[in-house]
Amino acid sequence: MRDAMGRVSVVVWKDLLTEVRTKELFGGMMIFAVLTIITFNFAFDLTGTGRAASGAGAMWVAFNFAGFLGLGRSIALERDRGSLDGLLLCPVDRGTIFLGKFIGNLLFITLVELISVPIFGALFNLDVIQATLLLVLVLGTVGFAAIGTLLAVMAASTRAREVLLPVLMFPILLPVIIASVRATTMILTHETGDLLPWLNLLGAYDVLFLAISYLVFDRVVEE
Amino acid sequence: MRTSGARGTQLANLGLVLGVLAGISMAIGLYLGLVYAPMDAVQGNAQRIFYIHVPMAWVAFLAFFVVFVAGIMYLWKRELIWDQVARSSAEIGLVFTTLVLVTGSFWGRPIWGTWWTWDARLTTTLLLWFIFLGYFMIRAYAGDRGRAATFSAVIGIIGFFDVPIIYLSVNWWRTLHPQAVITLSGAAMPGQMVWALMVCLLGFTLLYAYLMVQKLAIEQAKDKLIDYQFALSEREAEGVTAA
Repeated sequence: MRDAMGRVSVVVWKDLLTEVRTKELFGGMMIFAVLTIITFNFAFDLTGTGRAASGAGAMWVAFNFAGFLGLGRSIALERDRGSLDGLLLCPVDRGTIFLGKFIGNLLFITLVELISVPIFGALFNLDVIQATLLLVLVLGTVGFAAIGTLLAVMAASTRAREVLLPVLMFPILLPVIIASVRATTMILTHETGDLLPWLNLLGAYDVLFLAISYLVFDRVVEE
Repeated sequence: MRTSGARGTQLANLGLVLGVLAGISMAIGLYLGLVYAPMDAVQGNAQRIFYIHVPMAWVAFLAFFVVFVAGIMYLWKRELIWDQVARSSAEIGLVFTTLVLVTGSFWGRPIWGTWWTWDARLTTTLLLWFIFLGYFMIRAYAGDRGRAATFSAVIGIIGFFDVPIIYLSVNWWRTLHPQAVITLSGAAMPGQMVWALMVCLLGFTLLYAYLMVQKLAIEQAKDKLIDYQFALSEREAEGVTAA
């Protein structure tokens, strides 16, 4: 068990180190997320009374777009330099590699969220510093990263690559988007009475799709 | 060689029988739905689209379930036949999902006064359509046969688990955010309507089976052709090196 954890953390460490040296992922995702939120300001009225509801939607769309960007880039880095083949040659379980890549993606996306949420709160005058919001961010991002890590590996070995990932992911991800946006709206408006069913939905989605992705990853990377 | 030929003939015979049965039961179903069943008191004749709309939805979900089971079998056994079953069923499923969306719109327009509403059933069917579309996109772009089979099997499995969750989440999204939700009255149907529906369901299920047999034969022929082309190009390459 401890060995397995160690191996997973080596894969995560590799991704973090690559990012520190290349700086190709985080900065781009970060700027993209903030720019998306700023653009939404002109599409919707994010300063009026309904700003919590449309703001939550704008925020999650921004995170998802930035997430697609990050997932695509992260797997492209692996493929361009042949490091995915190297990883697969390592004498470890393929599930370990999946978990490592998943945690790496999760860390990058969560970090982008953690930094852009306060900016978002300041720009639109919303009360975003709340513990429950952090929980929603984590639950929503785990589901995104679990299914995203699997589908990104698949999409990257096809001819369409970047185009295919969002096309495959959006319909499958819809429950996560609905639940995260609803829960975030409730938290931002301080009406948290119906929050629990949405958190349960997010949690169940996370567990189910993490398990499926873990199980089929082996088959996918064989191709 | 003889056995595979005999099996081919058997399959063709089965297809013929299924096709004839599907044709007969659908003709009877149409008669029952259009003539025998009484006119709906509230919706008038527009309600009669029900007798093809519901069986189409049933076939779409049945096809999707077959894609799911065949996908698991393919990932487990790695046998080409399971992929042939899955892709045949997925194509029929995509066609029927499209038909469900179109006939539903035609029905919704006179009864609800709108072509579309974001109700759980409609939204879920639309997303099911998109998942099928993704299924064929990843097949088209995958490049090689094994990769296409594996990737699409994964999409089929994920989609199958996802559809109930999509339904649940859209339903909650609606109920926790109340709006004028349109539902069909749950009142019991007259016996004639039930009969018409049952016969149509049978007819469309037979149609699915018939289409599956036909489609499977086509997919197997396609794969065989690819194998022959591959063998031929290899032989030609050998010929070049020998000369």
